[in-house]
Amino acid sequence: MADTTNTSAPTLVAAQAAAPTLEVRNLQTHFFTRAGVVKAVNDVSFTIGRGKVLGLVGESGSGKTVTGFSIMKLIDPPGRIVGGSILFQGRDLATLSEEEMRTLRGNRIAMIFQDPMMTLNPVLRIDTQMIETVQAHEKVSDADARARARDALGMVGIPSPDERLKSYPHQFSGGMRQRVAIAIALLHRPDLIVADEPTTALDVTIQGQILAEVQKLCATTGTAMLWITHDLSVVAGLADDIAVMYAGRVVEYGDVGEVLDAPLHPYTHGLIGSVPSRNKRGVPLRQIPGMTPSLLNLPEGCSFRARCPRAAEDCIVMPTLHPWLPNRLARCHHPHLEEVESA
Amino acid sequence: MSAVVGQGAPIEDPAKVKVETPFRRFCSEFAESKLALGGLIVISIIIVVAILAPFISPQDPYDLAVLDIMDGRLEPGAQSGDGAITYWLGTDDQGRDMLSGIMYGLRISLTVGAGSAFIACMVGASLGLAAAYAGGKTDSIIMRIVDLQLSFPSILVALMILAFLGKSVTNVVIAIVVVEWAYYARTVRGTALVERRREYIEAAECLALPRYRILFRHLLPNCLPPLIVIGTMQVARAIALEATLSFLGLGVPITEPSLGLLIANGYEYMLSGKYWISFYPGIALLVTIVAINLVGDQLRDVLNPRLQK
Amino acid sequence: MSVYLLRRLIQAAGVVLAMSIIVFVGVFAIGDPVEILISPDADQMERERAIAALGLDLPLWQQYLIFLGKAVQGDLGRSFVFNEPALELILQRMPATLELAFAATFGAILIGLPLGLYAGLKPNSLASKGIMAGSILGFSLPTFWVGLMLIMVFAVQLGWLPSTGRGETVEILGTRWSFLTWDGLTHLAMPALNLALFKISLVIRLTRAGVRETMLMDYVKFARAKGLSPFRVTFVHVFKNILIPVVTVTGLEFGSTIAFSVVTESIFAWPGMGKLIIDSINVLDRPVIVAYLMIVVLMFITINLVVDLMYSVLDPRVRLDSK
Repeated sequence: MADTTNTSAPTLVAAQAAAPTLEVRNLQTHFFTRAGVVKAVNDVSFTIGRGKVLGLVGESGSGKTVTGFSIMKLIDPPGRIVGGSILFQGRDLATLSEEEMRTLRGNRIAMIFQDPMMTLNPVLRIDTQMIETVQAHEKVSDADARARARDALGMVGIPSPDERLKSYPHQFSGGMRQRVAIAIALLHRPDLIVADEPTTALDVTIQGQILAEVQKLCATTGTAMLWITHDLSVVAGLADDIAVMYAGRVVEYGDVGEVLDAPLHPYTHGLIGSVPSRNKRGVPLRQIPGMTPSLLNLPEGCSFRARCPRAAEDCIVMPTLHPWLPNRLARCHHPHLEEVESA
Repeated sequence: MSAVVGQGAPIEDPAKVKVETPFRRFCSEFAESKLALGGLIVISIIIVVAILAPFISPQDPYDLAVLDIMDGRLEPGAQSGDGAITYWLGTDDQGRDMLSGIMYGLRISLTVGAGSAFIACMVGASLGLAAAYAGGKTDSIIMRIVDLQLSFPSILVALMILAFLGKSVTNVVIAIVVVEWAYYARTVRGTALVERRREYIEAAECLALPRYRILFRHLLPNCLPPLIVIGTMQVARAIALEATLSFLGLGVPITEPSLGLLIANGYEYMLSGKYWISFYPGIALLVTIVAINLVGDQLRDVLNPRLQK
Repeated sequence: MSVYLLRRLIQAAGVVLAMSIIVFVGVFAIGDPVEILISPDADQMERERAIAALGLDLPLWQQYLIFLGKAVQGDLGRSFVFNEPALELILQRMPATLELAFAATFGAILIGLPLGLYAGLKPNSLASKGIMAGSILGFSLPTFWVGLMLIMVFAVQLGWLPSTGRGETVEILGTRWSFLTWDGLTHLAMPALNLALFKISLVIRLTRAGVRETMLMDYVKFARAKGLSPFRVTFVHVFKNILIPVVTVTGLEFGSTIAFSVVTESIFAWPGMGKLIIDSINVLDRPVIVAYLMIVVLMFITINLVVDLMYSVLDPRVRLDSK
């Protein structure tokens, strides 16, 4: 785990210096249910530079998917973005009208969903679903749109794209469907792709192929990517930066190699410790005790307090996302600084 | 008359068979819907009125001797020729007081509706239970017939039966039973198939209890909640079907009109503006059916194990 | 596909044969037409002659075989009452019933689909709740009652629409149709609405449930994430998915629409075959009853077959499986 290939210089500074593709500041998305207000996303901030990949990591229910949908502004009632800003190339998406947002979706900002078996409409042919995407944003003839679709399919490694265009989704395997979904996302060469666990539902071999394809595409087109996942190994191999979410908040943020080598936040620490690995054979896996708190009524202070081995009395006050080290932020009063120094 | 009582029974009994939930909880859950509670009250009133009709109705509408043809087609609120009664809802073409006619008509409609629904329930539940318990060929034969019959509309099946047997009240009951048994059979079989895989049936089988005992004492009570729900709905359907058949002139005899026949009798006068002969029996029918459906809807919500908290 | 079709055809033929036995036995084994058709004053000789003329003296199985043999040639016997071929009687009245049933079906889709769509897209609005309450009434109210109310309101009180008959008709392809003249249309409106009522409720419920279910699907969210207009998302991505169950059920319901037209035709004096069957049951005109039941059963089975095939055209997933 510690041995990642990603040893590039900290990207945080570079990203902030240039005009970042995406800058999320203090995003808050709440769901107003009958049982009460569910604070699914409660203060999330991060930045993604051009051509960079940010891995957004967290357990299920930590708010990472809602963050992705908030960026797309596809939060349906009873959910609502209640605070913060989403700066896309300097424009705040939170203030855009639905129609302005629509022209960006699938065009400048694309999204890839988790379950490829569910993302394509079962009763529409692949060509219909691709051509409509092209024509939603550009006035092009059917023939040109079809050519674009064919090229996109070829780009994601689908053989004989002309025939495949005339197929229905059920005639594809899960891996192929995800490639189609990626091809659709790439149709307009977007500046940002929000990928919501796009490989979780796939076999490991297919997962590897798709990761490689995506990495290549990002590098060649300069597309920024928000990669949402709960799989630390995927982030280790793919992302430049990592943001760890817990109970609707980013608790740790920094260069992916540094964070995985020496996490600052006790939660990240526990998360990495609970991943089984060959190096730790025979050693009992560490686990984080307790359960994630209910987002309906979060406890006062640090949300991780009740499960944290380092919790002290001052944790009753919610810590801020503090830059403990250069380019390393953590939301904790008692971070694992000693391990960083020893490392 | 006994059938009228039987009609009340499926509505109030469920709590007794639901061993795991006390009667009180069932009641309070049921009462959560004010609409359903209203429906239940209306049904109770209707049943009481139907039972007490001979004592509270102003007139015996079936006694042709007291009907005065001179009082025919009087408007609501009119006085009879001899000044003895006020026809609050008017009279029909034979001088029959509509209010009395409706009260007696309700008796027939409820008896035929609830009675045939009850018989259909007995037949359907037994066959459904048998299909689920026996399985194999018995199951597939019974379910084939059920599927085939459910694919045909109720009115067609009813017409077929009446075409075979001729028209009479008994044959209307038979027709309704034939139309409805399949719904019960399908429901009971579905539930019983789930229930019979449960441990308590296995336990009963291990004890070598007689088969009928396992069927009726162990399996059937656990199939009751869905049976009660569709039973309620089917009573409403039976009443509507009886009214329809009577309206078409295929049902009860003209001397003892049910609601459907009362409506049919008034139909020809409706075009000349004498609306009340059809209208008031129609309202009585509507209120009865809607009230039963409201209760049934809420019963389904309360008794549905998937929705239970 | 052809194997599938063949299997379905054989199945259908089996059902028709089974129904012919049930109908024949049911109609001919129970009840005695002699009582009705022959005057009680007739002497023994006349009675026997009449029975022989009607073929009622033969054993039942022989009567059935004769019936079946003739039925295959399109001869379902002569009406005792009209003294005309029963099949011809039915066929003469069938266009009127078909016209009514088609009008009701189209009406149901035309009214039910938009209402259901609205109720599904805006489930919490007051109008949606009204629509759903209305659909519950549409389900539970007896058809004849609603028919009477329609007549009372629109024909008697308001005087807008005629209450009985087909009105002015135009002859096309040898049969008369009401929907081609204004007068005919006004006559058609109320019966069609009456017959459609149950189906409107059904379509509303199906559409609403379908919309609510489909809107939650990932592929709808993905369609929105592609930047499609709300119009296209609703009317292509959502609509095409809910069309499958709606078309299937409406199609399957067409048979029951024809059966239920018995009631509507009786109320609005619509001269279709439903009115004929009621009259025939009343006088026990067996050949007509048999002819009606056989024709309706045949239509039923044909409709089921056609809907099955249509379903496979609409849903690409089924198409593959059946190949």
